[in-house]
Amino acid sequence: MFSKTQTAWLTVFFGCFVVFLYGPVLSIILLAFQGPEGGLTFPMRGVSLHWFEELWRGLGVVDISRALRRSLFLGVLVMIFTVVLSLCAGLAFRKKFRGSGLLFYLTIASLIIPSIAISLGIALQFRLLDETIKWLGQTFEIQWIVNDFQTSMGLVASGLGTHLTWTLPFGLLIMFAVFNRFNPSYEEAARDLGATPWQTFWGVVFPLIAPALVGVALFGFTLSYDELARSSQALGAVNTLPLELRGLTTTVTNPSIYALGAVTTGVSFLVIGISLALFWALQRKIGTGQ
Amino acid sequence: MQGGGVAIPLVLDKGMARPNSSSVLALPFAAVLATFFVLPLILVVVVSFWDYTEYSLIPDFILMNYQELFHGCFDWGNGLCTTFATYLSTFKYVLLTWFFTLVIGFGVALFLVFCVRSLKMQIVLFLICTIPFWTSNVIRMISWIPLLGRNGIVNTSLMSMGIIDQPIEWLLYSGFSVTLGFVHLYTLFMVVPIFNSMAKIDKSLIEAAKDSGASAWQVITNIIIPLSRSGIMIGSIFVITIVVGDFITIGVLGGQQIASVGKIIYVEMSYLQFPAAAANAVVLVTITLLMVAAMMRIVNVRKEL
Repeated sequence: MFSKTQTAWLTVFFGCFVVFLYGPVLSIILLAFQGPEGGLTFPMRGVSLHWFEELWRGLGVVDISRALRRSLFLGVLVMIFTVVLSLCAGLAFRKKFRGSGLLFYLTIASLIIPSIAISLGIALQFRLLDETIKWLGQTFEIQWIVNDFQTSMGLVASGLGTHLTWTLPFGLLIMFAVFNRFNPSYEEAARDLGATPWQTFWGVVFPLIAPALVGVALFGFTLSYDELARSSQALGAVNTLPLELRGLTTTVTNPSIYALGAVTTGVSFLVIGISLALFWALQRKIGTGQ
Repeated sequence: MQGGGVAIPLVLDKGMARPNSSSVLALPFAAVLATFFVLPLILVVVVSFWDYTEYSLIPDFILMNYQELFHGCFDWGNGLCTTFATYLSTFKYVLLTWFFTLVIGFGVALFLVFCVRSLKMQIVLFLICTIPFWTSNVIRMISWIPLLGRNGIVNTSLMSMGIIDQPIEWLLYSGFSVTLGFVHLYTLFMVVPIFNSMAKIDKSLIEAAKDSGASAWQVITNIIIPLSRSGIMIGSIFVITIVVGDFITIGVLGGQQIASVGKIIYVEMSYLQFPAAAANAVVLVTITLLMVAAMMRIVNVRKEL
């Protein structure tokens, strides 16, 4: 629809946008390889792995590798829950059921309600839960509660729940997109040939939606791995990598923070790469009908 | 790319005749949302009426937290109260971010849909636009520091070109860097839904308009904008609701100087003033929902799709 010059202008505009999108991140990845004398900005004073070694040795009191392991663990857990719960809910939503409208609106609300309010709510919830547990412990003189109990907050309790309020809506919306385009005649054919519902699902439906599930998994992992706003008050004493990283922005004044940035961006890109490869492999398998 | 785009259901009840209890399958999903979303929000509302001391929360039903929040707000003689001033500052960033993300996002979608001919190329370029969404926001925020800092690239190049003598101080830790950071982080949220609705526009409509002598600008204003308004609306809802509650971007790129509602709630929480934070959050959530409801009235998103 556009003339040649108009197309050229839009292409330049898009090019600028891509530079704007990637330029800053590329610059900090480059600066992570700064020489030992170098500082937080350009110019580069030599090229070295010095700041990665600094990072490896640890940044002050913060144990980066433990934070990284925590983030990876939670990311995988959130990913599994997101895929399974979204898939089940997506299947349920193929038919109208009581409360389906309400659940749909709740899902959207979970996406648009400011994260800080959700973080506050979960912090309150666990605080009140802790107080109840301590009260029960004192009233009934339960020894381990009186002596040892600190908090019920943690990665697998409040952390998992908090992240799911953010990842599940994305998962369900992807499932909607998939099932809206799904041709039910494949299932009908399977049923007509005498397949049980279980066989129909695993033999027909699942392989066809598998690529989309890879997409859901990608969203589940990466959104959890990078989550910050909702977790900020909801994790208790443990910190995930993004939380540590935000703390470090005010205390670390050398390129090792860029080295950390390069490492986490590397993890993200690895996950994105694996997901895309898997997505296309599964897509191709459907295409060739194997 | 089937899995990447975010779409809203066209029909929720594409029912088949077979009676089924498949709604049981939605139970775990619903249970998670009930436990970690609905219940916490109810608690926020309840606790906003509680009393508190430095150490503990005291169940009660008082309006003190709201009175303190709006203290002096309806006393017009003394200028703006803190709460109104904070909301004003927050909305300034909401408006600026919304404007820039919309213009840039629309332009990018326009390019992807109407200037890229091959589907393969379209998918690749679309992916290039969405990949940053799957990487860390904090990293993307701090990546502006070497560019905008006192000795950053922008200042050193401007100085070496002789355009300025002194480094520009307002580049980083300022309203400018906050707005830039928001636009950098969230333009994606505009690109994806606008792309989705633009891609559905029947190309023959545009051919017809062109044949009747319409200019590219007329095609954009008379055909493309009206037909992609559901995407524009979804993108706007996303961007506005994220920025209105932000406390992280403003914290990292605003250098602790800029006020926002989210940051006040965050600070109150760190001082364990939960009921005060809760009252603030109730007001914030109410305003957010009212804005979304107003936007849904302008365009019926569910009907549009």
